[in-house]
Amino acid sequence: MAKLTNEALLKKITDRFSDKLTLLGEPFGLLTLETGREQLIDILTYLKTDPELQFGFLTDITGIHYPDQDKPIGVIYHLHSLVNNVRIRLKVFLNDGDEHIPTATVLWNGANWMERETYDFFGVIFDGHPDLRRILNVDDMVAYPMRKEFPLEDPNRVDKKDYFFGR
Amino acid sequence: MSDIQLVDAPPGIEGPGYFTTAVDKAIGIARSYSLWPLPFATSCCGIEFMATMSPHYDLARFGAERLSFSPRQADLLMVMGTISKKMGPVLRQVYLQMAEPRWVMAVGACASSGGIFDTYSVLQGIDEVIPVDVYVPGCPPRPEAIIDGFMDIQKLVQSETLRRRNEPEYQKLLASYGIL
Repeated sequence: MAKLTNEALLKKITDRFSDKLTLLGEPFGLLTLETGREQLIDILTYLKTDPELQFGFLTDITGIHYPDQDKPIGVIYHLHSLVNNVRIRLKVFLNDGDEHIPTATVLWNGANWMERETYDFFGVIFDGHPDLRRILNVDDMVAYPMRKEFPLEDPNRVDKKDYFFGR
Repeated sequence: MSDIQLVDAPPGIEGPGYFTTAVDKAIGIARSYSLWPLPFATSCCGIEFMATMSPHYDLARFGAERLSFSPRQADLLMVMGTISKKMGPVLRQVYLQMAEPRWVMAVGACASSGGIFDTYSVLQGIDEVIPVDVYVPGCPPRPEAIIDGFMDIQKLVQSETLRRRNEPEYQKLLASYGIL
């Protein structure tokens, strides 16, 4: 079987979802596409179940926050086709205050904890997720710590106060 | 032959056939040379503690070879490593399960102050959740430093009164942590 190239992969996907995808580039040979949340599950289902592509392995779901961007909150899906040994990356950007996206647990059970993590750190709400609660941070945390407006340093830290350094 | 050193007797009145001293002092000495540590090791300081326990440094020389992995029987809680905020309640629960008398040693920069982890997810020193008797600096501290901190605990044990828990300062300290 011939190796699945990025060009062939891109052509195959755009033939089907032409108007719903934007090519973001191929950094380090990793085909990266942007899409919207409305057709996300359709695309993921297609990538997973297509007999040629077989992107059966969900490597990761994660988030990103670009505060200056029009749609600041991003959700990023990494898929791996173990048969073709090809990876693909899908990005979905969401509006501030409307961080809703359909869950991928309908396709992969492994998405469960990944989505909980993304919710925990970025506040993205995965609609339809069976158990969306914090996974890594303390349960009573109120903020989403990986958003840029959240201060990284702990306010309880005392030994870094300025008066210890004559400032 | 090795030079075997015995502990000096506590100050007291000695005469032919008898010796009197305060029961505090005698029991304090006995306790200090048979402390049962509970290692609460979460990261690299725990590796140094393993070296401290092993024959080269040999914490057993100080009467602490019997590690207690149950907090019920432990005398000394040795917290070695970064304590995340999610681990904080667990550590506090372990401390609460220890019976009096109990001592706490914060080994290393992370347990003492948060260390390099000045971040939202890490407890900035375990003294935010439990009272600490001895802080051992270092990142990680060498086994000699851990032994030095342990000997400070021994001095504390020898010099404290028998019923430390009944002292008003101690009760005030515990109350400030919401314990009792």
